[in-house]
Amino acid sequence: MKIAVCVKRVPDSETRIRVAADGRSMEPSGVKFVLNPYDEFAVEEALQRKGDEGEVVVVSLGDDAVQETIRTALAMGADRGVLLKTDGVPPDPLVTARLLAAELEGGDYDLILFGKLAIDDYHHGVGLMVAELLGLPCVSSIVHLDLSNGKGVAEREIEGGVEVVEFSLPAVLTADKGLNEPRYPALRGIMMAKKKPLEVKAANAESGGMEIVEMTLPPERQGGRIVGEGPDAVPSLIDALRNEAKVL
Amino acid sequence: MADILVVLEQRDGMLKRVAHEALAAARSLVDAQGGEVHGLVVGPPGVATDGLGDAGADKVFVVAADDLQLYQADPYARIVAERAATGAYDTVLLSATAMGKDLGPRLAARLRCPLATDVTAVAVDGDLVVTRPVYAGKAVCQVKITQRPCVISVRPNVFAPVQSGRAATLETVDVESGEVRAKTVRVKEPEKATLDVAEASIVVSGGRGLKGPENFHLIEELAEMLGGAPGASRAVVDAGWRPHAEQVGQTGKTVSPTLYVAVGISGAIQHLAGMRTSKVIVAINRDKDAPIFKVADYGVVGDLFEVVPRLIDELKKLRGN
Ligand SMILES: Cc1cc2nc3c(=O)[nH]c(=O)nc-3n(C[C@H](O)[C@H](O)[C@H](O)COP(=O)(O)OP(=O)(O)OC[C@H]3O[C@@H](n4cnc5c(N)ncnc54)[C@H](O)[C@@H]3O)c2cc1C
Ligand SMILES: Nc1ncnc2c1ncn2[C@@H]1O[C@H](COP(=O)(O)O)[C@@H](O)[C@H]1O
Repeated sequence: MKIAVCVKRVPDSETRIRVAADGRSMEPSGVKFVLNPYDEFAVEEALQRKGDEGEVVVVSLGDDAVQETIRTALAMGADRGVLLKTDGVPPDPLVTARLLAAELEGGDYDLILFGKLAIDDYHHGVGLMVAELLGLPCVSSIVHLDLSNGKGVAEREIEGGVEVVEFSLPAVLTADKGLNEPRYPALRGIMMAKKKPLEVKAANAESGGMEIVEMTLPPERQGGRIVGEGPDAVPSLIDALRNEAKVL
Repeated sequence: MADILVVLEQRDGMLKRVAHEALAAARSLVDAQGGEVHGLVVGPPGVATDGLGDAGADKVFVVAADDLQLYQADPYARIVAERAATGAYDTVLLSATAMGKDLGPRLAARLRCPLATDVTAVAVDGDLVVTRPVYAGKAVCQVKITQRPCVISVRPNVFAPVQSGRAATLETVDVESGEVRAKTVRVKEPEKATLDVAEASIVVSGGRGLKGPENFHLIEELAEMLGGAPGASRAVVDAGWRPHAEQVGQTGKTVSPTLYVAVGISGAIQHLAGMRTSKVIVAINRDKDAPIFKVADYGVVGDLFEVVPRLIDELKKLRGN
């Protein structure tokens, strides 16, 4: 199978976010960037599914630093990479989706995989948008996948249940945690990744219809209090919840 | 003045609470900018629509067919996009539920318009300005929407339903069935129906402090006593003690309940990201220096195996009276 995986470079989940001097973006200095955790599931799934004759192409949109993220996916085992080079990632997910769709269109992919969301912007949108722009079947946030003879069945978690969805290939899928266990790049993989092809294409991101006017840190929670120690604290806890917080 | 189209979510033929929350969000926008709130119900025949006027709708469109009982992405997206293109809508508003998170981007792509997901506040300042958490809630952005129409989804449990005293007019819309590219064939439900963490107004989560899956009956019992849903930290989900659906945090669900009780959870940054917007947080942990106490409104330092049973007992007594 020929499979494309779209991946994004994001701040590590441990990052303590600081607001940059412009007041509307994250201060990037000192931040460690990683392959978006959900995209790891997508890369892993592609590697498991591609088969002997297959190919896994990693596509990412962003600035030059994104090459490192693409190399991470190549080190996991993907075959080649494409960087759609822009000055940064636009705030409007449709702009990103359009550029990715234009790159993927005509690529003859059996599967196009995404993470369910990027842990920076949290749009939960780009994969589904690309599917719609390309007119392909799409199942989002999948935790289980069966594929055979050009047909697929995927499962996605919904509130209090699991939806079972049938589709045929080519298709777009977005990966949730639970789909698989992503591998760590081995040393050999890291060495080989350096030699794998990575094509850089200039892309022109329009401004789109969204503008971040301010980024702030959420207010610190007002310091709470320890109501007591051990089981004897329970009556005071209940009293506080009933009469002070009024949530019981 | 432009109108707002609100997708009213149903499950098993019943409108969900989030439908009322979405109407409330739309109502607050229309009160600021003018126009009308139009609800749209897509589902099986017979979904009860009474009370939607009071909840904020001026008009309700109903698209009903047997094969729309389950959420079907392709027909739902087509029906809502067609409706959105028919009226003078500048905003399509949904709930950021499993369905809304899937449907919203599809609509935005079809309407070629901006998408703001998981919105926690809306305001009109010439343009529409929405507030949405980013970086798993570690930061919050004010986003100006400069092109219309736009699609926005609102986070559950944030907008309080309103009673506007209106009566809505009802209109049934016939649609032809179209292409189904991916078909939901069934929904597997757990044997024991539980409330979902993302929608529950009370959540009781357990962590590694519980020592093993056999002790989670404590969490389940406490959740049940409080009328809430059981949740979990990633550590216990990864260990296979609890299903992923219960995981709260950066790679799980983001929750904003009125009461969040963290039991035997240390409070790692990725966990806090998923629950810090809860209205009231209670932590039970034997380590007085655990980071969870920094965000907790009320803390009990102690052995959960002593504290939780006592808590269940006291709540039972309370219930008895
Ligand atoms: C990319 C990434 C994403 C992540 N996403 C998430 C996520 O979505 N959600 C999440 O939760 N984590 C997430 N994590 C993991 C996170 O970093 C922590 O490892 C995890 O939250 C720890 O779970 P815990 O609090 O249950 O366990 P621990 O950190 O081991 O804490 C157990 C706590 O129980 C207390 N305890 C022990 N025994 C008792 C007792 N008898 N009585 C009372 N208290 C007791 C201890 O004092 C301790 O504080 C993520 C990590 C990464 C790298
Ligand atoms: N700049 C990007 N380049 C490549 N893929 C992206 C980019 N942004 C988002 N994606 C993909 O779309 C998924 C969902 O992202 P988002 O809609 O931003 O939450 C991610 O997990 C990636 O697979």
